[in-house]
Amino acid sequence: MIEIRRHHAAFCTEHFLAMFRTQVEKAIRRFQMMEPDDRVMIAVSGGKDSLALWDVLLGLGYDVTGLYLGLGIGVYSDRSHDVAQAFADARGARLRTVDLERDHGYDIPTAGRRGSRSTCAVCGLSKRYVFNRAALEGGFDVVATGHNLDDEAATLLGNTLRWQTEAIARQSPALPARDGMVKKVKPLHRLSELETAAYAFLRGIEYVVEECPLVAGNTQLRYKEAINAIEHTSPGTKSQFFLGYLERGMPLFSAEDRAELHACEACGQPTTGRFCAFCRARAQVLGERLGGGAETPDRQVAEELADEVLPVEIYDRAGR
Amino acid sequence: MKVRLRNPDREVELEGGRPVGAVLDELGVAVDTVLVIRAGELITRETPVHDEDELEIRPVISGGAG
Repeated sequence: MIEIRRHHAAFCTEHFLAMFRTQVEKAIRRFQMMEPDDRVMIAVSGGKDSLALWDVLLGLGYDVTGLYLGLGIGVYSDRSHDVAQAFADARGARLRTVDLERDHGYDIPTAGRRGSRSTCAVCGLSKRYVFNRAALEGGFDVVATGHNLDDEAATLLGNTLRWQTEAIARQSPALPARDGMVKKVKPLHRLSELETAAYAFLRGIEYVVEECPLVAGNTQLRYKEAINAIEHTSPGTKSQFFLGYLERGMPLFSAEDRAELHACEACGQPTTGRFCAFCRARAQVLGERLGGGAETPDRQVAEELADEVLPVEIYDRAGR
Repeated sequence: MKVRLRNPDREVELEGGRPVGAVLDELGVAVDTVLVIRAGELITRETPVHDEDELEIRPVISGGAG
């Protein structure tokens, strides 16, 4: 049995799994996330959310390929890749792997030490860049990620606390393709973290329970704790906050979505500046120069990265 | 009753003879933030647990990996 307090209901396994799939189908239909013949790339971390989503999408008959990004976080990354590969092998599904160190010259622990951004921020930036580029180069129609209701509510809270109106305008669970950016969708946005964990457990999915060793104390976690404290005494607040935003809040911010994009001079991926945030962060970590100009001081890069609206950040400024 | 907690992994011995919710209260864990697993099955906060039970309390909150 699993109890979902916001629904005032307890479910047996069979009905819980049916409810879970129905919520995913509802999200896909409501936001026209994908068509039956679309080639879907799913960003896979080895955690409960991405593997639960992969399982549901395969069950619904979609053509889904996994993409795992090796972050170079020691045994945590090794185990995450093994778990993702085992999931794919058991279902005859395809899994592609990009490795940050092998393919881009740095790993996340190094970037966290050398760069001017937090470890989680540069990790999120790297993921969004790699997934977009890999999907475009692989001819995929859409990238699906395992962001759940808790993730989205926490991001919305962070964006609202800072009144980041452009980010608020773009927090739709389905962002259409534009200017070198592949379509991005979040089919789990109606389901809480408790529900995705329960689904993975009840489906017998082995996932990485351990938390990333670098994540302790990050901003997203603090926002989740704050929302969960309210949810504990007022079940349903979390879904009212985010799903209410989608129905009534998001349209009010649409005028704020105004970033114009063009190709990064280094890699060709879309950016609002001369070089994209990924290339600038990577150059900073590796001590390289971009475009043959004078090396930009760390402090200046940090300030620019913080201020500029950058495509790899457009989807989720709170960083994931 | 043996209780295995995760992230970080540790084991504690607690008294049974009460509902899961009371065990979670003693540990200071909010009910919506964990799966409680007994003998390979999920149990709810109202389920009675006993001294001879072995529980796993598995957090569901993820900070970034997704």
